Amino acid sequence: MCLGIPGQIVEITDEARLMAMSDVSGVRREICLAPVAARPLADLVGEWVLIHVGFAMAVIDADEAAETLEALRGLGEAQETMEAMAEGQKALEGSS
Amino acid sequence: MRYVEEFRDPVAAKGVLAAIARVADEIGATRDTPVHIMEICGGHTHAIFRYGLDKLVHDGIEFIHGPGCPVCVLPMSRVDECVELAERPEVIFTTFGDAMRVPGTRKSLLQAKAEGADIRMVYSPLDALELARRNPEREVVFFGLGFETTTPSTALTIQAAARDGIGNFTVFCNHITVPPPIKALLDDPHMKLDGFVGPGHVSMVIGIHPYDFISETYGKPIVVSGFEPLDLLQSVLMVLQQIRDGRAEVENQYARVVPEHGNPVSLAAIADVYEPRPSFEWRGLGEIDASGLRIRDPYKQFDAEEKFGIGYANERKPAPEPEGCACGAVMTGRMKPTQCPQFGRGCTPDMPLGALMVSSEGACAAYWTYGGARHLEPAE
Ligand code: SF4
Repeated sequence: MCLGIPGQIVEITDEARLMAMSDVSGVRREICLAPVAARPLADLVGEWVLIHVGFAMAVIDADEAAETLEALRGLGEAQETMEAMAEGQKALEGSS
Repeated sequence: MRYVEEFRDPVAAKGVLAAIARVADEIGATRDTPVHIMEICGGHTHAIFRYGLDKLVHDGIEFIHGPGCPVCVLPMSRVDECVELAERPEVIFTTFGDAMRVPGTRKSLLQAKAEGADIRMVYSPLDALELARRNPEREVVFFGLGFETTTPSTALTIQAAARDGIGNFTVFCNHITVPPPIKALLDDPHMKLDGFVGPGHVSMVIGIHPYDFISETYGKPIVVSGFEPLDLLQSVLMVLQQIRDGRAEVENQYARVVPEHGNPVSLAAIADVYEPRPSFEWRGLGEIDASGLRIRDPYKQFDAEEKFGIGYANERKPAPEPEGCACGAVMTGRMKPTQCPQFGRGCTPDMPLGALMVSSEGACAAYWTYGGARHLEPAE
């Protein structure tokens, strides 16, 4: 659970709350940019970040992102994370 | 060289392996007098077994699997407290999926869910906060679990809950920190440790200096490492080179992701929301001083222990480890998983008896998955 997964920032969804839409291997997931928000949010669109339980923890370069994704696939970790994201979505939709 | 062909750059892997062998020979490491290197992080343990690195490296190098898998070090008593919370009728208990199958004294969260408790697996603490927003008549408890990599996420979520005035959201805080158990292991006279491979993503948050005591006080090398097989091999080589040169330093192999001083926003959020507990219980290691975090007074209303009067906010009921389970000895590197009498018999990933068999980052699960039944043969 500590490895995180690379994703690309697609757009800023809530400027005040530092939220953005990310693309993680083709799946869209809203994440919080707080840990990497030292620079203007708009500059983060298009950047790759290492996402850990819904938070962008570090900005990484595109090559690093590709290599990390490949290593995570090797470990079965990428699949596990995507399933956890889907599960989280289900938990929200199953509510009230 | 079983798995070398799977590496992205087999030439580089072979080169690093050859360099490791050279330095291992130079310092006189052999199968009978090995160098003991602890990889602290469960993610590293998993990668070592997945890629067979323990078999690929010079046989004078022995990996000791450290306490860096948050699921594995969670004591039974904490699982019991989770179940107690989850079984309250007003509670929606939210958790990362990893924790569902950890056995408690009475039952696991998975069993509690099957028996009707409202337990939901979430990907992020933000999902739990959203559930609280959507279910104002219920109490949403998030099971905050993990080392410094995960701690900022719950700190930032609690700050968001405070800002938005969400009154039905609490965190059952089980966040723990890496340095104290390492210190406890280094103080243990039975431990033979010559150097460490440090957890990269923890250092992404805290930087590399919290490990200074390992080199300065204990005179051991530590190299903060990435998670790819080549990262790990290179880190092992850097540890060996330090030993050969008589150096004990904190080095950063993973500088492409790990800033020397960590992530300032995350560190500020942690410091704002959390403070060290006097002590915290670890599976296999017992209570360790200042090794766990609790929620500070200004955020007390978000502390599930305070709100529901359980855990450290009340009389705790320590729970012994299950009969015949050697988790504690394996956790501290005193025993190999295969030496546990339950390994592969009473305890498998499908029917785990101990937590080290539950998570893919646990040493027992890694041995089982990538070594399987061959470990059961007496010849091993
Ligand atoms: S095999 Fe099972 S019981 Fe034995 S140490 Fe490993 S997890 Fe614990």
